[in-house]
Amino acid sequence: MAEPHKLIIEAGRAERHYWADLWRYRELFYFLAWRDILVRYKQTAIGVVWAMLRPFLTMVVFTVVFGKLGKFPTEGSAPYPIMVFAAMLPWQFFANSLSEASNSLVGNANLISKVYFPRLIIPSSAVITSFVDFLISGAILVALMLWYRFVPGWRLLALPLFTVMAFAAAMGVGLWLTALNVKYRDFRYIVPFIVQFGLYISPVGFSSSVVPEKWRMLYSVNPMVGVIDGFRWAILGGDVRIFWPGFTVSNGLVLLSLTTGIWYFRKTEKKFADLI
Amino acid sequence: MSDVVIKVENLSKKYVISHQSHERYTALRDVMANGVKILSRKILSPFAFRDSPLSEAQEDFYALRDVSFEIKQGDRVGIIGRNGAGKSTLLKILSRITEPTSGKIEITGRVASLLEVGTGFHPELTGRENIFLNGAILGMGKAEIKRKFDEIVEFAEVEKFLDTPVKRYSSGMYVRLAFSVAAHLETEILLVDEVLAVGDAQFQKKCMGKMSEVGQDGKTVFFVSHNMGAVANLCTSGLHLLNGKSKYYSDISGCISAYLSHMSGKTNEVINYTGVKRPPELNLREGAKFINARMISEKQEIPWQIPFPLNPVFEFSIVVEKNVPKLELGLALYNYSNVEIASNLSSDKLQMENLQPGTYKIVVEYQDLNLLPARYYLALGLRTDIGMEDYIPDAAQFEIITSTASAVARTYIRKGILIPKVEYSINNQG
Repeated sequence: MAEPHKLIIEAGRAERHYWADLWRYRELFYFLAWRDILVRYKQTAIGVVWAMLRPFLTMVVFTVVFGKLGKFPTEGSAPYPIMVFAAMLPWQFFANSLSEASNSLVGNANLISKVYFPRLIIPSSAVITSFVDFLISGAILVALMLWYRFVPGWRLLALPLFTVMAFAAAMGVGLWLTALNVKYRDFRYIVPFIVQFGLYISPVGFSSSVVPEKWRMLYSVNPMVGVIDGFRWAILGGDVRIFWPGFTVSNGLVLLSLTTGIWYFRKTEKKFADLI
Repeated sequence: MSDVVIKVENLSKKYVISHQSHERYTALRDVMANGVKILSRKILSPFAFRDSPLSEAQEDFYALRDVSFEIKQGDRVGIIGRNGAGKSTLLKILSRITEPTSGKIEITGRVASLLEVGTGFHPELTGRENIFLNGAILGMGKAEIKRKFDEIVEFAEVEKFLDTPVKRYSSGMYVRLAFSVAAHLETEILLVDEVLAVGDAQFQKKCMGKMSEVGQDGKTVFFVSHNMGAVANLCTSGLHLLNGKSKYYSDISGCISAYLSHMSGKTNEVINYTGVKRPPELNLREGAKFINARMISEKQEIPWQIPFPLNPVFEFSIVVEKNVPKLELGLALYNYSNVEIASNLSSDKLQMENLQPGTYKIVVEYQDLNLLPARYYLALGLRTDIGMEDYIPDAAQFEIITSTASAVARTYIRKGILIPKVEYSINNQG
């Protein structure tokens, strides 16, 4: 029934057929993502609740600390909690992706040393798992909007575009950390630090408009600044404005991290089975 | 049918081994520390020769060197060779887990590898979910798994537990399910690496049956094993690997005898215990300690591996640090499923009273043990009346193998762990 399937193995060959292989192994990709999601919500009884509780509580703390105590301005006319949560969504997605992806290869070491498939599948499926969390916590945003009777405008239609950007940022940085974590095992101590530190330097608890104009450009070097600004622009609507030069810089850096991330991952990928 | 399905030309695989680091992987911390070391050395003595010991800590090692062979469809090829000869590397390259350094392989047909049954099983998932997941990992499509699902379940005999997480399975059920998924792969070429080392004797037989069935279907099988009995039974031709080079034999018995004649250079591998961590919860007194162990049985072609029905003989070096009134040596034997087969105390036979500080050698010779071919594990202990002096839970493992045809005939159909000495008598009652 099957036509004779010819395979040639030689040094450097897998390189050339990489994307074709990735397509051939799409079902495995689907199954691994499915497994990760299943396990994630099976292991903890409060799995789904946890995915919602964590961003929600962080939002409450930020609203109290920055909005009430610090008296930071909100963006446009949006209630402070909604402004915080519009940033919390992409940030949580980004942070979860980084921690899940960077551990994914080491956690699947027995698979990698026993079966061939494009290794890119594993960190990607970790990012997909985090994306499911993202969708779940999106429900909180909807609830907040109902509570505050906040109606988003037409800009909401652009949200998928910014979601793609968040995806690219998560993949790019995630791939770098994943590959580095295989090579240098002490990277797993660095990742939680990056995630924690990033929460405070990214405009999650406050609006990025509080950053003085002359520093805005430098501030946009953090790719998440662009993503978060985009999310706020789309969700809050009204008179929220994007700082376009910074947004372009952020976007460029996201693309750069994605392309170099894939490049570095593929460069080191061949040695994973020998290293792990 | 005589089409060539696998053609290997001048295949080599090089590894770079670093003598410097004892860690299995690099830490960024070490890389940075080394950089600082080299830098500071350059600053302190800028005219020193460049080949300092730090930079020459690496060496090339060829796991495979210029390996070439051709395999025809339907061949069942045994790959044999001593540890480190490159067997696993060859399988890893064939299954594309690692890339060769140079050379070329042409394969016609789909390849599936059974490097270890149950790869990718997740304990939290149910049997049903694991069948899909494991099937996908082994290279089956969703439609193919669906089509074979009932067959797989039936073969594994787990219908009732399909929706139970596999962490609640017995180890037998687990292995049955894992093997069943693998056995239903529809591929033309199958790579098998010692899967038969797992499971009980009955399951091993089931595997062997399935394997030869697979071979009769015109599938090409690669089989890596140390167990010459299994290789002789299953394979038609053989590939003998020696220090990264290969020689192909179109008949398996020629290959096995070439392997055995190369193995005659006997080496006694010593297992060292000086740096081995003891279980801290035992509060060992460490007044007497194990230094090392050797297996000194005859006919070890590979250290710690003896042919059936020879008895294991061990030699232990111990050091007595302070005067111990009455010392006892304890040994326990375990099989692959961690069942304790036997435990012995030296005080039954040997008096070790008032040993002066110093080192001692103790020889332990089992008699008429007749362990069946399999892998066994050894735990060691030293104690006095006051308490435990030393204890090493995973002290050594050894293997009983079948290396001759007569031994194969005598052990292949046996169940159990050992063949005890039995006297039989019969008398005619009229």
